[in-house]
Amino acid sequence: MILGLSIGPEYYLALSALLFTIGAGGLLIRRNPLVMFMCIELMLNAANLAFISFGKEMGDLGGQLSVLFVLVVAAAEVVIGLAIVVAVMRRRPKASVDEVSVLRG
Amino acid sequence: MEAVVFFIAAGVTLAGACGVVLLKNPVHAALSLVGTLFGVAIHFINLEAYFLAAVQVIVYAGAIVILFLFVIMLLGVDRAESIRAEPIIGQRHLALLALVALLTFGVLIGVASKGEVTGVPPQEATYTPLEGGLSIDEARQDDTGNTIAPKENIREVGRSLFSTRYVFALEITALLLTIAVIGAVVLTRRPKGELEPIPDDDPPSIMRNDENNADLHPTSSDDDESLLETEPSESETSSAEESGVSGE
Repeated sequence: MILGLSIGPEYYLALSALLFTIGAGGLLIRRNPLVMFMCIELMLNAANLAFISFGKEMGDLGGQLSVLFVLVVAAAEVVIGLAIVVAVMRRRPKASVDEVSVLRG
Repeated sequence: MEAVVFFIAAGVTLAGACGVVLLKNPVHAALSLVGTLFGVAIHFINLEAYFLAAVQVIVYAGAIVILFLFVIMLLGVDRAESIRAEPIIGQRHLALLALVALLTFGVLIGVASKGEVTGVPPQEATYTPLEGGLSIDEARQDDTGNTIAPKENIREVGRSLFSTRYVFALEITALLLTIAVIGAVVLTRRPKGELEPIPDDDPPSIMRNDENNADLHPTSSDDDESLLETEPSESETSSAEESGVSGE
């Protein structure tokens, strides 16, 4: 039964693909910049899951270290992205990425 | 047991992800993002990456989501957004196509990992670590002769992070974080003088035709006059302001 099922890496990879797909779909569908950032986080998490699952399959610690670096880059990306969103929204209170079509803040 | 944990955590993860995409209120989306992040942390524990599970909860759920919530509350954009609106014609169908392609790609990877493509099942495939690579599974001796047990995940991660193999990447990471902090301070600093609101009625660029394009030139001054309604209406100052605005 389900208790004796051994969970191989393919389960984690399928879950990772699903998570990445949902994130990419959200990025394409939603128009709120904050929610789009959250969808980018979803995709990064899917990549992290694949990294760790491959790392365990290979018996190599490099996967976990890559995830650590991805985490740091994600944090920096969120900080800069939210700062840009704040700078833009201070001028245009209506939040939709379609209305921000000029580079001038 | 591992299977039960996997399926429960997978359910939490996928439900949270669907919540991020489908919930209209950004605050609710951020909260369901927390669910996804916790689910992924459970997967990390299941995969014996204990340190990263803790880091995932602390950094993602503790810092990044809180940052999202701060910005949402700060800007007051927690109003609902209509998901039905379709700014680009056929956007939804294109998105569906892209998603099907992505899923197919993911399933391909899954099939390849089962060995049905290469013909070699992963149990029989021999893996030799890269030269100087770090192994998880076997106990090994560190430089001072201490034996590192295979389960001591945090110690392993720390040691290899500061080994010569990864230490330069770590230093570059520190540089990146410093740059991000400086960038955030510079970007959110309030510039001197009053901010003039940009007129909100210019259409998005995909719908912009030639007639609206003319508005961008300083000769058609309808927009500029509406900008300057609050200014004193002497002709000298208004012309000076107009040139200032158009010269920006």
